[in-house]
Amino acid sequence: MPFRVALLILKKDFLIEVKSLEILSTTLFFAVSCLLVFSFAFVKEGSPVQDAAAGILWIAIAFSGTLALGRVFERERYGETLRALLLAPAPRPAIYLGKLFGMVLLMFTTEVVLVPMVALLFQAPLFSRPLLLFVLLAAGTVGFASVGTLFAAMLVRARTRDIMLPILLYPVTIPVMIAGVQGTSALLQASPDEAMATMWIAIVSTFDVVAITLCLWMFEPLMTE
Amino acid sequence: MTRFFLPVFGVTALMFAGAPFVIADAPYESTMLLVQKIFYFHVPAWFVMFTAIFISGIWSARYLFKGDRNADRVAFAAAEIAVVFGLMGLVTGPLWGRKAWGVWWQWDARLTMALLLEAIFIGYLLVRKYGGPGSEKLSAAMAIFGMLNVPFVYISVNIWRTIHPKTSVVPTLGPGMFGAFWFSVIAFMLLFALLMHLRVRLEQQRAALDDLYLAEEP
Repeated sequence: MPFRVALLILKKDFLIEVKSLEILSTTLFFAVSCLLVFSFAFVKEGSPVQDAAAGILWIAIAFSGTLALGRVFERERYGETLRALLLAPAPRPAIYLGKLFGMVLLMFTTEVVLVPMVALLFQAPLFSRPLLLFVLLAAGTVGFASVGTLFAAMLVRARTRDIMLPILLYPVTIPVMIAGVQGTSALLQASPDEAMATMWIAIVSTFDVVAITLCLWMFEPLMTE
Repeated sequence: MTRFFLPVFGVTALMFAGAPFVIADAPYESTMLLVQKIFYFHVPAWFVMFTAIFISGIWSARYLFKGDRNADRVAFAAAEIAVVFGLMGLVTGPLWGRKAWGVWWQWDARLTMALLLEAIFIGYLLVRKYGGPGSEKLSAAMAIFGMLNVPFVYISVNIWRTIHPKTSVVPTLGPGMFGAFWFSVIAFMLLFALLMHLRVRLEQQRAALDDLYLAEEP
């Protein structure tokens, strides 16, 4: 039952998004703009600064993810549908899960564009170990989105939400960023360090499990007025 | 606690007044000499910060799940004190590091963790002040995440090079240093208890005043 509710919420958000493509197109364009700014800063005389690609990829993911998080609940606020959503006879954690699925899907779509662009603009061999990179990106995205979705939901009623979201989110998700950047740069070496990358994947996955459990547990008291 | 406030205050004041003599009296460390003396401030400051963080995290959870408003005041007071003592640690650390390591800052596991916890709890105070109505719950979530983030940051940064003296130096201190060290720790902990008491009382009275004000309105 909770899982079905989560999928229904995902379907609702997906149908609204497909009609306008508002969040997806703006997030994608923002992510690409980020990469362009970085490439002006870090590509000198035709060749990129050493080891910059991993950091740039993850910064672009975090920035565009923050932007998307701010917009996901904005729609509920504008339409004044948040209360209706919370009043629905559905378990609260299912609502959180539905929003989280949507967020992860959105961030994945952005990454599908970001990763090839980073590989292209910074001459990074990102596709030398595609499976490991995919798992690392998936685990990192879930970790970032799980904490982000909770904070974005809590901040819906706050006046200063635009500035508060990054202030709260970045310090808390630093373990994900460290693991993501370190794991990706292990894969980008001339001879990819698979053991190192696997260890970072294990650390992010543990973070994911702890964060999602905590979020499911806290969503109910946090969203009760 | 109110009954004990004055005696505890007296003891703490005496201990802080005596601390310079106790610290000056402690023997010099064989390689770092005078620079090592900052240790008597630096380590107790972190002791207080970590105690405050755990109090803030646990009491935030109590507030969030049990709705105990007094727990929220305790968590808020502890978060504020954590930030103050964290700043003390972050100032005294580089002063020592400049002499002992030759650099002001290193991206070492303990330093990074301390900086992030400071950032998380500054975030706590910011959201508390500017978050608008309902910010108590938001900040409670922040404190819980802050507390649970400790192991993750520690493990992930520990894989980089660690040059900070290990926590295991504490039991191996020489006899003269051992006494001075625990003297400082007790003095700092007493100061922490006093500050907590005053801060929680202030919040309680503020809440009582708010209640009276609301009751007065037609």
